[in-house]
Amino acid sequence: MTNLLLEWAIKTIVILFILVTAVAYVTLMERKVMAFIQLRVGPNRVGVGKFRLWGLMQPLADGLKMIFKEDIIPLQANRWLYVLAPALSLIPALMTFIVIPYGSEITLFGRTIALHVTSFNVGLLYVLALTSVGVYGIVLAGWSSNNKYSLLGGLRSSAQMISYELALGLSIVSVLLYSGTLDLVSIVNAQGGFHGLAWNIFRYPLLILVFVIFYISSLAETNRTPFDLPEADSELVAGYHTEYSSMKFVMFQMAEYLNLITASSIATTLFFGGWNGPSVGRFPVLGPIYFSIKVLAMIFLAMWIRYTVPRFRYDQLMRFGWKFLLPASIVNIIISATVILFLR
Amino acid sequence: MERAERVLFIIFAITAIASALNILLQRSPLYSALSLIGTLLSLSALYLTLHAQFIAAVQIVVYAGAIMVLFIFVIMLLNVPKDQPQIEKQKGLRYLAVPFAGVMIAEMFYVFFDNKRPIRLSSMPMPSGNVDQAVGTTWNIGTALFTDYLLPFEVTSVLILMAVVGAMVLARREGD
Amino acid sequence: MSSLAANKRKTMVPLSWYLALSALLFTIGAVGVFIKRNAITIFLCIELMLNAVNLTFVALSGFFGDVGGQLFVFIVMTVAAAEAAVGLAIIISIFRNRESLNVDEVDSLKL
Repeated sequence: MTNLLLEWAIKTIVILFILVTAVAYVTLMERKVMAFIQLRVGPNRVGVGKFRLWGLMQPLADGLKMIFKEDIIPLQANRWLYVLAPALSLIPALMTFIVIPYGSEITLFGRTIALHVTSFNVGLLYVLALTSVGVYGIVLAGWSSNNKYSLLGGLRSSAQMISYELALGLSIVSVLLYSGTLDLVSIVNAQGGFHGLAWNIFRYPLLILVFVIFYISSLAETNRTPFDLPEADSELVAGYHTEYSSMKFVMFQMAEYLNLITASSIATTLFFGGWNGPSVGRFPVLGPIYFSIKVLAMIFLAMWIRYTVPRFRYDQLMRFGWKFLLPASIVNIIISATVILFLR
Repeated sequence: MERAERVLFIIFAITAIASALNILLQRSPLYSALSLIGTLLSLSALYLTLHAQFIAAVQIVVYAGAIMVLFIFVIMLLNVPKDQPQIEKQKGLRYLAVPFAGVMIAEMFYVFFDNKRPIRLSSMPMPSGNVDQAVGTTWNIGTALFTDYLLPFEVTSVLILMAVVGAMVLARREGD
Repeated sequence: MSSLAANKRKTMVPLSWYLALSALLFTIGAVGVFIKRNAITIFLCIELMLNAVNLTFVALSGFFGDVGGQLFVFIVMTVAAAEAAVGLAIIISIFRNRESLNVDEVDSLKL
């Protein structure tokens, strides 16, 4: 029993380390991609000593700058909730990574270690539950800042999140009908046939519609453009994180990028086969490599959309979510059920 | 490692009771709502110890993630003021509540901890057969919901429709 | 639809503890409905009572292996959601008309 606990603890710590580093470098990736699309070069000066290193130490410099900033708490703000809100945003974002499978199995020190922390039999519902809890960080941040821009931004942002959660959940149901289980590890294992290329998108091509709905809903869930009206720079000052500075602001930004990585990981797991790929059976270490490549591709897609598409107005956004995406995902459930009826 | 079960139960039970008491002790309704969320999360953990995985996840998604968000939105939009206990009209009810609570707790002790009653069950059935179809998993609840309990399911859907229409009509401003 | 398992395992937490916790939570909710004067807080205490009953259902379902308890909890959650929506809509209407949420002041049909 203590062996199991030790294994869990070590895996969790390793994943946390990798995640925090990944978030830092995703911010650098964002700036470089933004620069590439806007025909300029991103940050390329921060290096080590004399070597420019293409700006790879930029996240370190940004982190240090943020730590040294003054930590302000507004005078009339609700102190308890003001300090609690960033934590409520960050903790659920970190918790989702224990159910995602990163690889099949590797053999280290004489033991076979499966490359996922746990294998819940309601894994997908757990992820949905954590996105539901993540709404509270934003609502409480908006309320406790005692600032009308923050309050409006917080309420709009959380209303947008709970509206698109429905389309997200229903599009997941379409995939569930094909896979038959909520356990993410089983879903990925079932996509392993045909030299590791039997991904759900190839086996059931009609899932491409579901993937589009899922991706758009997850962009709205994570408050990314084109759905980022509540926190964009030129609207509502800065929305729910107007009054936050230093480490609390860093926690909000980390939570936002972690949510983006989570959404990309879930999309990879459900639609693109997770860690499956050619010859994973012979070299198990290729599993995490394929997984990272696919997740990075999804993140690049999100950034590409961000710097290409203009922003939605808030009422257009709500109308799109309720009147178009929700009926579309229900129609997709009916289509998936019909396909399964004919296949079995 | 069996003591871990007892320790987990005690931790989550104390969190649930402390959050529930906090609902009564706070004057601001926003803090009461947040305490209720704490209770809901503790109860969800307790459902997991009772092999009810689907209900535990659905409790967080539906109850703590949707219903309580609705409560918090209403509290924030209406800017509900804090309670002021010193200017209440019917203070007498407070003196009625404490004996009432005492009676209920005494009754609970009598029913549950009386040695002659067979309610002190301490053996749970193990999941037999296919573990993925045991009681409490999604498969089991789904099949039961659509075979044996189909009528309550359909009636509930009509109930939700009524609630949606009713809420829209009641919360509408004049002239909308 | 009960699955009579052939083997049972001894738990360290007997059923009576879960039922006692449920009764305690129910009592706290009931006392809250008595004591509190704010309409929304009374509503929160009612939700607490519903959750205490949910715990009873799930505990009995777990200890007897019957899934009907958990299904009833599912229905109770749905009904609680519908009730919360309509109840909060009513509270919003009351607040718009009377500018106060204190239930002591909402005690006559005439404004």
